[in-house]
Amino acid sequence: MAVDVSHDLLGAIGGVPRPETDVVVDARGVNKWFGRLHVLKDVSLQVKRQETVVVIGPSGSGKTTFIRCLNHLEKIQSGRIFVNGHLIGYREAGSGGKLVEDKEKNIALQRQEIGMVFQRFNLFPHMTALENIIEAPIQVRGAGKDEAVAMGRALLDRVGLAAKEKSYPNQLSGGQQQRVAIARALAMKPALMLFDEPTSALDPEMIGEVLEVMKELAREGMTMIVVSHEMGFAREVANRVVMMDEGVVVEEGTPDQLFSQPTQERTKTFLSKIL
Amino acid sequence: MARSIGSLGIRRARLAGFLLLLVFVVSACSSNKGATYHFEWDITFRSILSPNGAIINGLWLTIAISIVAQLLGVVLGIFAALGKMSKIWPFRLVANFYIWFFRGTPLIVQLTMFYYAPQIAHIVTWPTFGLGPFSFSDSAVTIGCLIMGVNEGAYMAEIVRAGILAVDPGQSEAAKSLGMNYRQTMSRVVLPQAARVIIPPLGNEFNNMIKNTSLLYALSVYELFTTFDNYAVTSFQYFEYFFACCFWYLLLTTIWGLVQARIEVRFSRGSGPTSTGISWRERLLGRANPDEISVLGGH
Repeated sequence: MAVDVSHDLLGAIGGVPRPETDVVVDARGVNKWFGRLHVLKDVSLQVKRQETVVVIGPSGSGKTTFIRCLNHLEKIQSGRIFVNGHLIGYREAGSGGKLVEDKEKNIALQRQEIGMVFQRFNLFPHMTALENIIEAPIQVRGAGKDEAVAMGRALLDRVGLAAKEKSYPNQLSGGQQQRVAIARALAMKPALMLFDEPTSALDPEMIGEVLEVMKELAREGMTMIVVSHEMGFAREVANRVVMMDEGVVVEEGTPDQLFSQPTQERTKTFLSKIL
Repeated sequence: MARSIGSLGIRRARLAGFLLLLVFVVSACSSNKGATYHFEWDITFRSILSPNGAIINGLWLTIAISIVAQLLGVVLGIFAALGKMSKIWPFRLVANFYIWFFRGTPLIVQLTMFYYAPQIAHIVTWPTFGLGPFSFSDSAVTIGCLIMGVNEGAYMAEIVRAGILAVDPGQSEAAKSLGMNYRQTMSRVVLPQAARVIIPPLGNEFNNMIKNTSLLYALSVYELFTTFDNYAVTSFQYFEYFFACCFWYLLLTTIWGLVQARIEVRFSRGSGPTSTGISWRERLLGRANPDEISVLGGH
């Protein structure tokens, strides 16, 4: 691997962010409709501290929608999602257990604990790599400029982009942009990292450098949910693989179990197409 | 590049404009029908080369009112655009009504109505006050400027809204996922990117604003046009004074055009291949459309 990923990646943000609860993600009976389309049907998933969970499934299976619900980029119609002990996006109104959308301020607070990496990177194009990283720590967490810059530089260094701090996103390759995006999310010291197909928009030769960073994160104990079809990555670092189809969790298990002896027909069919 | 498209057309139009003006002046001078009219072109030259205090004052008022009204318009436009896109329906209602009214009625009607009607009806007497560095001694200037700004805000609202809609939704998702609230997302991420889309039409709006200040004629504000009109009607030297008047407006709009080109280059930062900028020559003469060079360029 040409990219030099440091072995103490999380050292740049002062060590592994420690979630407050053992179960970092606790989603129970989540239902979501897009109009008449029932895209998530009673989805439940628990992710423990320092676990890496890879979500696979055919396109349209609801896996991306599901992780977007975890930081309330999507609304849900029923169910509960707890991340790091906090009910995400809603508060219970009265004793009836009816859910009401939470105040913007509270949702913003909840999102600070959840890092997200997008398929299309979504770096801020009018800011340099370093500015992208220090923006949220300064604006949202109220960090001092010097402190934020020091941390931003350390992060860039450890994802192998120390020389690129003054580059704008359009001057970086896709793989470099995605590594900056990962650094940007890490700068908020999140308890959980969500990856939404982080390598599917990349040219094949750049996939490795991004996966390398993600593997290092997983090894250092970051709690992660990764929507991806990178089987090598799943085999190497995933604690569990979750197979989704048509809005339901079809089955889950260790990478070995799921890839070698899938119990469900739908999993077998899907794996036969991608392996 | 939007700038290069049609810039050949602009060059042709400029050339045609100069020629037309020349023909007009020559024929006017040599006409024998208007034997009773004496052209005194030195009035024009004097009004251009050594303008008196009244003209300078008019020029200054035109510039000051244009800038203040445009700034007000931009601020109101941003709020109206956000209001129009708000999740909260009363905000949408107010924004829509504001835009509907001020875009749907003539500026001169708004100026005369809002300035005179409340005073005639003894509801208010407009006070006189200064506005930052611009101390306007006359309530007509202050209120006129205010109304022009409010009117401009309605137009800017649509421009700002288009700019915001042009920003990739992934940008505000990324900002939100980092814990930014609505205000931070808008001011730090979305609006700076929308600016790239907003700046070119904003430049055109300001160009219009410079010329539209002449409507303050209706409130007897002695900006450029009212000043020259006053000279023209008292001396009957219409051509002479209005040619000079045109010169001053053209000077202002031309300078603004150069400034605008510079701003646009600056705001394209971080998008597309790094721009090398445009030369002063290109700014003055326009840039030939690369596809059309062979047509006129002869190679």
